[in-house]
Amino acid sequence: MTRSVESGFLRNANNIAWIVLVGSTLFGWWLGYTVKNVQGDIRLATAGVLVTAFVKTWIVGFQFMELKQAPSWLRHGFDAWVIAMCVVLLILCVG
Amino acid sequence: MTDSITDNRRAPPVGGRMATPDCATQKHVPGEVGIWLFVAGDLLVFSAFFVVIALGYREQTELFAQSRTTLDMWVGVLNTFFLLTGSWFVAKGVESCRQAHGAASSRYISLGILFGLLFVANKSFEWGLKIANGVTPKTNDFFMYFFSFTGIHLVHVLVGLGVLLVVRNVSRRPELSKKDIRTIESGATFWHLVDLLWIVLFSLFYLL
Repeated sequence: MTRSVESGFLRNANNIAWIVLVGSTLFGWWLGYTVKNVQGDIRLATAGVLVTAFVKTWIVGFQFMELKQAPSWLRHGFDAWVIAMCVVLLILCVG
Repeated sequence: MTDSITDNRRAPPVGGRMATPDCATQKHVPGEVGIWLFVAGDLLVFSAFFVVIALGYREQTELFAQSRTTLDMWVGVLNTFFLLTGSWFVAKGVESCRQAHGAASSRYISLGILFGLLFVANKSFEWGLKIANGVTPKTNDFFMYFFSFTGIHLVHVLVGLGVLLVVRNVSRRPELSKKDIRTIESGATFWHLVDLLWIVLFSLFYLL
């Protein structure tokens, strides 16, 4: 019974997106807080935080905003914004 | 490029379900085209904000790092969780409106509103604590950016909550026309934009 409920939950793309988003929030927090303040390469941690953030924004757009079903001009326009913004912030904060 | 939603006639209900689940599977612009123009404009404006924050980080790294340590990380993490979960419920609500429209649809939207309110309460608590401790936008550049840009975002959250109330009212109708579905999708798109912008602000202010 429990297994069927779990498998049903994980068959829904919105549920999976939420799990990944919450998990990557914790990962980004670990990168930005623990690694940076306790040990490790600050530049690498900064890059990791930014890339994780933009992966999350892409997931929100692709799944929650339903861009996965949108015409390519809209979907790829959003993809271009995510990539461009991530690169610009990486250059400013890490470069 | 098939737009499956082309008119505002009421879709005939089939056993209490929406008769037009095709829009969930075919290529179409979610919501109205106008909402996407707004999304594009808002993304451009916030892009400028993100660059300003990053430039501040680049030019005043020590000041930013020192100021950041005074922020309560848990408040930021919790607020991110609230908005992500609110977005999730709203996405489930839109899905429910299309596939098996019923009482569950508006319940999902109500849960989205609840998590939005939790964000507002938590943000107010955070700001209140900062101001009580004498930290204001005048303290330094970091806090000027922090209060300004999270303040502008907070206005988006409040507008988004109003939009979700409208979406909830529409989702309570016993039958949903294609126009209703468009309205619901447009409102949800705005709410997800609010979530998306916070994800970047959270990283720039709390994590870098």
